[in-house]
Amino acid sequence: MSNPIKNPLAAEQLVADPVPSAGEPISMHPDADLSKTVGKIEVKNAKMSMRSVDVFYGDKQAIFDVNLDIARNEVIAMIGPSGCGKSTFLRCLNRMNDTIENCKVTGSVLLEGEDIYATKQDVVPLRAQVGMVFQKPNPFPKSIYDNVAYGPRIHGLAHSNVDLDEIVETSLQRAGLWSEVKDRLDQPGTGLSGGQQQRLCIARTIAVSPEVILMDEPCSALDPIATAKIEELIDELRSRFTIAIVTHSMQQAARVSNRTAYFHLGYLVEVGKTDDIFTNPNHKLTEDYITGRFG
Amino acid sequence: MSNSHSPSTIEIVNRNLAVRYARERRFRRLGLAAVLSGFAALIFLMVTIVGDGWRAFQQGYIELEINFDAEALEIDDPADDDQWQYADYTSLIRSALRERFPALQTRKEKKLLYSLVSPGADYQLANMLVENREWLGQVQRVRLPVDDDIDVLLKGYVDETLPEDERRISNAQIELVKGLKSSGEIALGFNHIFFTAGDSREPEQAGIRGALIGSFLTLVVTLSLSFPIAVAAAIYLEEFAPRNRITDIIEVNINNLAAVPSIVFGLLGLAVFLNLFGMPRSVPLVGGIVLTLMTLPTIIISSRAALKAVPPSIREAALGLGASKMQVIFHHVLPLALPGMLTGAIIGMAQALGETAPLLMIGMVAFIVDIPAGFTDPATVLPVQIFLWSDSPERGFVERTSAAIMVLLFFLIAMNAVAVLLRRRFERRW
Ligand SMILES: Nc1ncnc2c1ncn2[C@@H]1O[C@H](COP(=O)(O)OP(=O)(O)O)[C@@H](O)[C@H]1O
Ligand SMILES: [Mg+2]
Repeated sequence: MSNPIKNPLAAEQLVADPVPSAGEPISMHPDADLSKTVGKIEVKNAKMSMRSVDVFYGDKQAIFDVNLDIARNEVIAMIGPSGCGKSTFLRCLNRMNDTIENCKVTGSVLLEGEDIYATKQDVVPLRAQVGMVFQKPNPFPKSIYDNVAYGPRIHGLAHSNVDLDEIVETSLQRAGLWSEVKDRLDQPGTGLSGGQQQRLCIARTIAVSPEVILMDEPCSALDPIATAKIEELIDELRSRFTIAIVTHSMQQAARVSNRTAYFHLGYLVEVGKTDDIFTNPNHKLTEDYITGRFG
Repeated sequence: MSNSHSPSTIEIVNRNLAVRYARERRFRRLGLAAVLSGFAALIFLMVTIVGDGWRAFQQGYIELEINFDAEALEIDDPADDDQWQYADYTSLIRSALRERFPALQTRKEKKLLYSLVSPGADYQLANMLVENREWLGQVQRVRLPVDDDIDVLLKGYVDETLPEDERRISNAQIELVKGLKSSGEIALGFNHIFFTAGDSREPEQAGIRGALIGSFLTLVVTLSLSFPIAVAAAIYLEEFAPRNRITDIIEVNINNLAAVPSIVFGLLGLAVFLNLFGMPRSVPLVGGIVLTLMTLPTIIISSRAALKAVPPSIREAALGLGASKMQVIFHHVLPLALPGMLTGAIIGMAQALGETAPLLMIGMVAFIVDIPAGFTDPATVLPVQIFLWSDSPERGFVERTSAAIMVLLFFLIAMNAVAVLLRRRFERRW
């Protein structure tokens, strides 16, 4: 009879962390150069265009000199090990970082050629143009109808109740939720299943008719079936919207995106066509990540 | 495959297991003992208060045939309300008593007879007639409260074996009452005076209505001032104020204020509102303002906690849609925080309802017979009434003290129950 935990010290060695945690110098990649992005960052006729973006939380820098263009009606996936700054970068694109007290963003973020960090830029219209879907479904504790109608209401997008009904219906239809909820629009949105809640949040976002939709790991709290539905939905939404999606699932990035950007320790390491990135990565770190050597 | 010298992990674990469980059992027993001793103290309190006080809800009444003779009452102009109110009802009661016992003729005997009825019964009689004006000129059987000494006798608190000169009731009175009791003319009934009258020097005429209304008016002032101010302060501190040294100081001081003894707020009220601003004494308005100062920190702290408890995901959702800060607060955060804020407000109000010390300082401790009709009428409040009555030696006031405590506890429990219900009803899991 052998005892599985005979020596406590031996057991401890087993759980030693093989993954480099954020902040640790990456000595395991002597050839890795983080400061220069591999791949083509420019696109023609960009919807959004970021140049020399640095983000600081207090003294700590979370994003280092990121340059990236997002093309019109493309789906761009942002991948990378956790803590590498994907969410931080995404939140720069509609100035959600403004709500974090000690967060400072430098560099330029252009939307249709206009700097969204310019002093004359108001965040209210900006966020109506660049909507956001969060990691955890966060419907308001209000009815399904009111959830979707909230954005149009505060921005005064509907001229009448009939108008508003129509916006709610089309938004729910586009989010693929209409047939499931059309008989219970007055019931609380929090009563839906996780996947339905996330589609409700997407419906709520598209009800404002944004130009860009930012999604921060929208499927990480969902089961595979709900995830498949959201991915299908993203595929349909790409004809109308520009979508930037953060995901920790490489399969998801491969399935939904046109281009993929790989982040590492706050640097944009590589960007390119999704097919190229996954079949033929140019950077050693990208290769290590997508072959599952760490993450 | 471990040898006897190095025991395996599982053996070490098993060896310590008994000690670990024993510790847990000991801790559980300790906790249970703490809960039980608290519970025992509560039961003891309840039993003594209810045991002392339940009798106050009963009152001895005597049935008399009163002849509402217009001439004896000197009411010649029925339109003149003063004539009805200030007629000589005492002599009506006395003649009714004399008629009931025609055999008692001497002054001493008559005095004995008159002592049966409460000295304030003429007031009840006046009210009866004013409410039933058609009784004028008729003979009516009415029930009037007996004197508190008789009430005590009826409730069985008089030791009849004591020598006559050591009790407040003479043998002749006892005989008289026994006779009336067996004929059913004297009996105990529900003490409605306790709930309809203000304070009085006579226990049988004293009630808590004045104090209840005083408490109510004071709390109305307190709530309508403290809730809006506290909510506004909490929203500003939580949502708008920058985090810097000044807000830190404010935060520390709010927490300190919550711990300041309440009498200090009373002194403040006396110095500022009465002496400086010249506001009237003993009035619910000033009492309410003083209690506002006292409850503000409590409500601010609980309101801030309620605001903090609103999950950031809701704020983010609204901000992400392009809601302005005001819209986020008023459309999403406040509705979700409101139950918590209300709970805090109710607990603050319960605290204010039970507060005595600061009100003593601003003169709400006066003997006030009239029931206050407004915020600037002299008034007292329930706990102060309890304090006042607890000073009186009469048996009737002793039981009324306990009865008033019961009423106060009833309101406190009801308010706290509402707070608990609110919390249950609106508690959300995210
Ligand atoms: N509010 C914050 N304050 C301070 N540091 C933060 C904050 N949010 C994120 N960070 C730090 O910034 C880095 C990037 O975080 P994040 O963008 O959330 O990574 P990802 O989304 O890729 O997992 C991490 O090192 C994290 O600790
Ligand atoms: Mg993230």
